Amino acid sequence: MLELKNLSKRFGGVVATDDVTLDVKRGEVHALIGPNGAGKTTLIAQVAGDLGSDRGTILFKGTDIMLASQHDRVRAGLARSYQITSIFKRLTVLDNLALAVQARSGSSFSFWRPVAAETALAEEARAIAAEIGLSGRESAVAATLAHGEQRALEVGLALATRPTLVLLDEPTAGMGSEEAQGIISLVERIRARVAVLLVEHDMDAVFRLADRVSVLVSGRVIATGTPEAIRAHAEVRKAYLGESAAA
Amino acid sequence: MHRAATLAVLALALAFPLAMQETYYLSFASRIFVYALAATSLNLILGYGGMISFGHAAFVGTGAYVSSIFIAEGITSAWIGWPAAVAASALAALVIGAVSLRTRGVYFIMITLAFAQMMFFLVNSMKAYGGDEGLSLPARASGLPVDLGGDVAFYYVALAALAACVYGLRRLAHSRFGRVIQAIRENEARAEAIGFPVYRYKLACFVLAGAAGGLAGVLLASHGKYVNPNVLHWTQSGTLMVMVILGGVGRLWGGVIGAATLLGLEDLIANHRVEWLAAMLPNYQQHASLGVGVVLLAIVLFAPQGIAGAFARRRRA
Amino acid sequence: MSWVLILEQFLNGLQFGLMLFLLAAGLTLVFGIMDMINLAHGSLYMLGAFLAATLVQVTDSFALGVLLAVPATAVVGMLLEMSVLRTLYERDHLSQVLATFALILILNEAVRIIWGPDMPLSMPAALSGPVELLPGMFYPAYRLLIIGVGAAVAALLYLLVARTRIGMQVRAGASNREMALAMGVDIRRLFTLLFGVGAGLCAVAGALLGPLLAVQVGMGENILILAFVVIVIGGIGSIRGALVGAVLVGLVDTIGRAFLPMLFGLFFQPRVASAAGPAIASVLAYVLMVAVLYFRPRGLFPARG
Repeated sequence: MLELKNLSKRFGGVVATDDVTLDVKRGEVHALIGPNGAGKTTLIAQVAGDLGSDRGTILFKGTDIMLASQHDRVRAGLARSYQITSIFKRLTVLDNLALAVQARSGSSFSFWRPVAAETALAEEARAIAAEIGLSGRESAVAATLAHGEQRALEVGLALATRPTLVLLDEPTAGMGSEEAQGIISLVERIRARVAVLLVEHDMDAVFRLADRVSVLVSGRVIATGTPEAIRAHAEVRKAYLGESAAA
Repeated sequence: MHRAATLAVLALALAFPLAMQETYYLSFASRIFVYALAATSLNLILGYGGMISFGHAAFVGTGAYVSSIFIAEGITSAWIGWPAAVAASALAALVIGAVSLRTRGVYFIMITLAFAQMMFFLVNSMKAYGGDEGLSLPARASGLPVDLGGDVAFYYVALAALAACVYGLRRLAHSRFGRVIQAIRENEARAEAIGFPVYRYKLACFVLAGAAGGLAGVLLASHGKYVNPNVLHWTQSGTLMVMVILGGVGRLWGGVIGAATLLGLEDLIANHRVEWLAAMLPNYQQHASLGVGVVLLAIVLFAPQGIAGAFARRRRA
Repeated sequence: MSWVLILEQFLNGLQFGLMLFLLAAGLTLVFGIMDMINLAHGSLYMLGAFLAATLVQVTDSFALGVLLAVPATAVVGMLLEMSVLRTLYERDHLSQVLATFALILILNEAVRIIWGPDMPLSMPAALSGPVELLPGMFYPAYRLLIIGVGAAVAALLYLLVARTRIGMQVRAGASNREMALAMGVDIRRLFTLLFGVGAGLCAVAGALLGPLLAVQVGMGENILILAFVVIVIGGIGSIRGALVGAVLVGLVDTIGRAFLPMLFGLFFQPRVASAAGPAIASVLAYVLMVAVLYFRPRGLFPARG
C-alpha cells in the first residue's frame, strides 16, 4: 500500500533521512523504531507531506505522491498524527473531530448555512470519539483534557479523516504504561481497516502490535523483519536494543 | 451579544434620525457606520482569520477611488459604479492576497504593507483624478430608490450596509467556511494535515474581506463627496487595526464597537471642552490622538481582548 | 543626460541610503534579537531631529547641537525600552504592532505639544556651498558631509559588532537568542543598550537629514516604512544586510525618481510618461522588496542560521 524508495532529506550539512526504502502492506502494522535523532519524525513528515524530499519516491496505492500537497495526500487516504500534540486547543473534542469529518465530506466553501445544523457531522464525530475512548469528554475543551486524553484525540483527528493508511508518530509519548494500553487497544481495533506505520519508543507496544519492524539509525534503515527477528538481530541489539534492554 | 440587546440597538439606530434632526450628528453617525463596516471587514481577516494584514486600507481606498472615478467621468448610477468598485476591491484583494499569502509572519505584514503603499503612491500620482490634492465629487451617486443626497437617506443606506455585513459575518462565523478559517487561525499546520487546502481558504477570506472593505470605501467617498490618497496610507490601515483591537479582535461586534468608540472619543475630545483639563493644557483638544494613543497602549498592555472581550468575560463570570 | 547628472544622482542615492542604514541598523537588531516589531523607531528619528534643532539654537553651533542630540535621544530610547517596550518582548507581533503604533500617536502629539508642528534647522553656513569634486562637477558640501558621517558610522558599527565582545554577544543573540541566553549573556542590559544605540543612530540620521527634509511632526512615518523595506531586503538581524539593503534602496529610489520619468518619455507618449513615470518610480523600492523576497524569502543575508 505504501512504498518508500530511496527517500532522502538533508538540512544543510545534516543528513536526516538517507536512502530509506521500506513498505507497508495492506492490513499491516509496521513499526519504525530507532534511537533518538534517527530521523523517524523527519521520515513521517516526508511521507505525510509536511516536508519535501530531496530524493526518492513515495508510492501510495501505486501512485507516486511525491508532488502531491499534504491536503491532497490526506484526501487520498494518508493521514498522520503528531509526536508533539497538535490539536485545536480552544475547540471541544467533538468540534475537533467534526472538523476532520467536515474536511472529507463535501466542500467547505459554504458561507451561510450553520454547521450546527449538520447532524451527520456530529454523529460521525461522536462515533469516532467513542472509538478513541473519549465519549464521556465530548464537550470538553481540548485544552482541558489530560495528557493521555489529548494523545487519544491526537490519534482520533487522524482517524477522523477515514484514512486507509495512518502514520502514528509516537502516539504513547509521555504516557505511563496504563494509559499506553488505551492507545495499544485502539490500534488493535483499527488495524483491520487501516494500515499503520507506527513510530514508537515503547517496546511493549511495538512487540505486541507490529507485524514487521524496521530499524532506523542515523537516517538509514539497518534492518527490517518480524519482531522476533529484529530482537535477535545483532546490529540492532548493538545500536539500539542493547541500551533500552537495561531500561 | 444577546438577541434582545441587538434588536434594541437596531431599533435605536433606526429611530435615531427621527429624533435627531441636526445634520451634524446624522452625518457623524453615518461616518461611524462606514468606519464600522471597514473595521468589521478587517476583523474578518485579522480576528477570525488570524492574518495580520497591514494593507487593508488598499481595499477601502480602491472602493473609494473606483466609485469616485465613475462619478467624475459622468457615470453617476450607483448600480454601475458601486458594484464595479466592490469588484475592483475584490480583484485587488485576490491579486495582493495571492502573492502575500505565500509568506508568513512579519514578511506577510511587510508585503501587505508594501502593496498598500504601492497603491498609495500610484493613486497619488494620478494627476487626472486629483493627485495628492484628492478628488471632489459634484454629487453622490444616483439611481437608488432613495435620493442619496439627503443626509437621512444616506444614514439609512449606510446603516443597511453595515447591518447586512455584520449579519453576514455572523452567518459566516457559524458556517463551514467560518469553522475552517477559525481552525486555521488556531492551528494552521493541523488544518492542512486533516485535509484542508489552507491557502485557498485564506485567499477566499482575504477576497471577501477586501470586497467588504471596498464597499466601506464606496460609502466613505460618497459620504464626504471627496476622496484623497490618504485613505490608502498605511497609517489608515493602522487606524482600522486600532478600531478592531479596541472593539475586540475576532468578536462579531468588534469592528462596530471599535469604530464607535474611537470616533466617539475623538469627537468628544475635540468638541466638548473639559474645563479642568483645559486649565492645565489649554490646547488639549487639538491633541486628541495623544489620548487615543494612551488608551490604545493601555488596551494592548492590560486588556488585549478589547471592549467586547471584557464584556464577554464578565458575562461568563 | 550627462554623466555629471548620473554621478550626482548616484551620490544623492548613496547619501540617502547611508541615512536609511542608520535607521535600519537599529531596527534590524531590535527585530533580529528581541523579535520585536518597533513602529516607534521612526518617532525616535523625529525626536532626534527636534532635539537637534533646539540644541543647535541653544548652543549656536550645528556640530555641538547634533552631537548633544545623539545621547539625549539615546537616553529617551532607553527610558522607553525600560518602561514600555520591555513588556512587549513576550507578546505576539500584533500586540507589538499596535502598542508601538500607539506610541507613534503619543510621541507625535507630545512633540507637537512641546515644540509645535515643526522646527527650523538649517545646515551650517560653512557647508552650504558646493564643492568641486571633479573638473566641472559640483556637489553640495553638506551632502558630502552626510556621506562622510554615514560611512564613518557604518565603519564604527562594523568594528563594534565584529570586533568587540559586546558585538559578539549581539551577533550571537541575533543568530540564536535562546543559545545566547543559555550561555549567560545578560540579555536585559544588552537589550536596553541596544535600544539606546539604535535611538542614537536615529538621532544622527534625523539631525543630518533635518536641513534637507524639514523637521516636522510625522516625518518619521514615511521613512520608517522604507527602513522596514530595507531590513526585509537585507535580512532581519543582519547589519551587513541592513547596509547593503539601505544602499540598494537609496540608489534605486533616488535614481529611479530622477531618471525613470525621463526614460519613460523616450518610449511612451508624454501624457503617459508624466503620469506613469513618477508613479512607478515611487514604488520601485517596494517592487525591489517583493522581487528579493521571491528569490530569497528570508532576505539577502539572513542572520538566523
